[in-house]
Amino acid sequence: MGDTNTGKDYSGENMIEVKNLVKEFKGLRAIDNISFSVKEDEIFGFLGPNGAGKTTTINIICTLLSKTSGSITLNGYDVSKERNKIRNCIGMVFQDPSLDDKLTALENLYFHGLLYNMPRVTLKKRAEEVLDMVNLTGRENSLVMTYSGGMRRRLEIARGLLHYPKVLFLDEPTLGLDPQTRNKIWDYIIKLKKNRKITIFLTSHYMEETEICDRIAVIDRGKIIALDSPENLKNTIGGDIITLTSEDNVKLRKYVKGINGIEVHDTKGDKIRFEVKDSSRFIPRLIKDSPVKILSITARKPTLNDVFLELTGREIREESVSSKDNMRMRMRRRMRH
Amino acid sequence: MKKELTGIYTVWLRDIKRYLRDKPRIIGSFAQPILFLFVLGTGIASSFSVFGSGGGKDFLNFMFPGIVGMTVLFTSFFSAMSIVWDREFGFLREILVAPVSRTSIVIGKLLGGSTIAMVQGSIILLFGPLLGIPINFFIFFKVVGIMFLIAMTISNMGIMLASVIKSMQAFQVITNFLLMPMFFLSGALFPLNQTVEWMNIVSRINPLSYGIDAMRFALLNNPSLQLYPLWLDITVLVFLIVVLSITGTFLFNRQD
Repeated sequence: MGDTNTGKDYSGENMIEVKNLVKEFKGLRAIDNISFSVKEDEIFGFLGPNGAGKTTTINIICTLLSKTSGSITLNGYDVSKERNKIRNCIGMVFQDPSLDDKLTALENLYFHGLLYNMPRVTLKKRAEEVLDMVNLTGRENSLVMTYSGGMRRRLEIARGLLHYPKVLFLDEPTLGLDPQTRNKIWDYIIKLKKNRKITIFLTSHYMEETEICDRIAVIDRGKIIALDSPENLKNTIGGDIITLTSEDNVKLRKYVKGINGIEVHDTKGDKIRFEVKDSSRFIPRLIKDSPVKILSITARKPTLNDVFLELTGREIREESVSSKDNMRMRMRRRMRH
Repeated sequence: MKKELTGIYTVWLRDIKRYLRDKPRIIGSFAQPILFLFVLGTGIASSFSVFGSGGGKDFLNFMFPGIVGMTVLFTSFFSAMSIVWDREFGFLREILVAPVSRTSIVIGKLLGGSTIAMVQGSIILLFGPLLGIPINFFIFFKVVGIMFLIAMTISNMGIMLASVIKSMQAFQVITNFLLMPMFFLSGALFPLNQTVEWMNIVSRINPLSYGIDAMRFALLNNPSLQLYPLWLDITVLVFLIVVLSITGTFLFNRQD
């Protein structure tokens, strides 16, 4: 808190405070009256399907979009009145590529530093520092054009950190990357969090990825439907998840429903899905007593995907895509590989 | 204040660096003017001998300022319109969340596009002596000034349009329905004072025709080829720059 970015009379522990935020696009509600706060130095995640309103919310907080109503403060600054102050204390990693690929990595950082009014001497030192942080030292004078998707992402993270922001926004930081590279990116983010005090606000529609968050807001159709730590969210599901198929699902369903306190979920296809407290005891008993032959059975610990399923009755899936999204995906593919 | 100047400089410098690094673009930028001047121009010029009346050589001279203007037109227009995709998939997004005012971004973009357009136009000037058009330091100075006015007018128009349109498809439409007619009806390729009445009228509301007229004055200084007096050309362009930059900055500033 000792640097110049400290908010004016800011003393609370909430870095971001969002109250009753509404955003309408031509009468359509993209964000439907959401409120939440992000604590200082935590990793806060937005989890939800494409089109749920994750990016819209981030764009409003980082001053790229206007809000229809509601109030937002970041580091004590008002988002609609003190835009430049907010811009000064945030770092952004956008969902879509935002590097200039005709410039070198160092030039990209250099231009960024100029825009944030960093003195040249500090800028040079700091650029080396952040490049080292994401293991890009030695490649700083290559054109970004020659970078792989993962390297670009790392450079974008480095750039987002260059001006010592108080909050780093990561909007779908691993979108369009292969699984190996995705893991590496998360390693960098976790490492980064260990080494310095910074608030991280990230979005993802990959369930597993948001598990590194301290707290997660599950967002669907413009509304926050749950907000808690990943552990607590998973604990809302009572025990283990059992999925099974049998020779006569209808009959088996009735049977399972008859066992005390078990609720069977509607699942697509020929599978039956439900939760039990202790699967290791339940399964042998079920196989022994079942009125129909069980063909397959799996038991696992609940994931955030189950939480979403529980809350919405749907799986997080790819929403239907518009022509603009199509263009986006093409561009991403072109730029990330 | 210093912060805003740094912002303008950064946006400008980025455009210049990109330009200098883009060798294919620099080489490619010769192709179109050369094609127009030496293929289309020579072709049309030689047709004069078929249809009677000499003056093929004069026609090439007439067309030359038009080609310089064309280079400035296309370069500054596309430079400003690059905002459309740069905003979605490029560095511009990054600039938009930086603590720099939108106005400075617009100014930087205007100056960047204009600088490149002036450099490109100046390269075409090198062909002048080949056609027997003398280029001395004084003429060069005048031409650069007029190139600046044209470039600023067109860049402003581009930024205004780029602030309003959001898709690449719309960009194509604008290129076909605005840019090309503007070029054809600017007097760059044929004299407008001798054509049919409607063309004459349209050319009067075409900003580019004033720019081409001034360019022709600076390069050829032949009163019989002028459409308007020079003061009118310059007044119209300066007026447009002021009006368009105010509207453009306003539109660019608008948040969704």
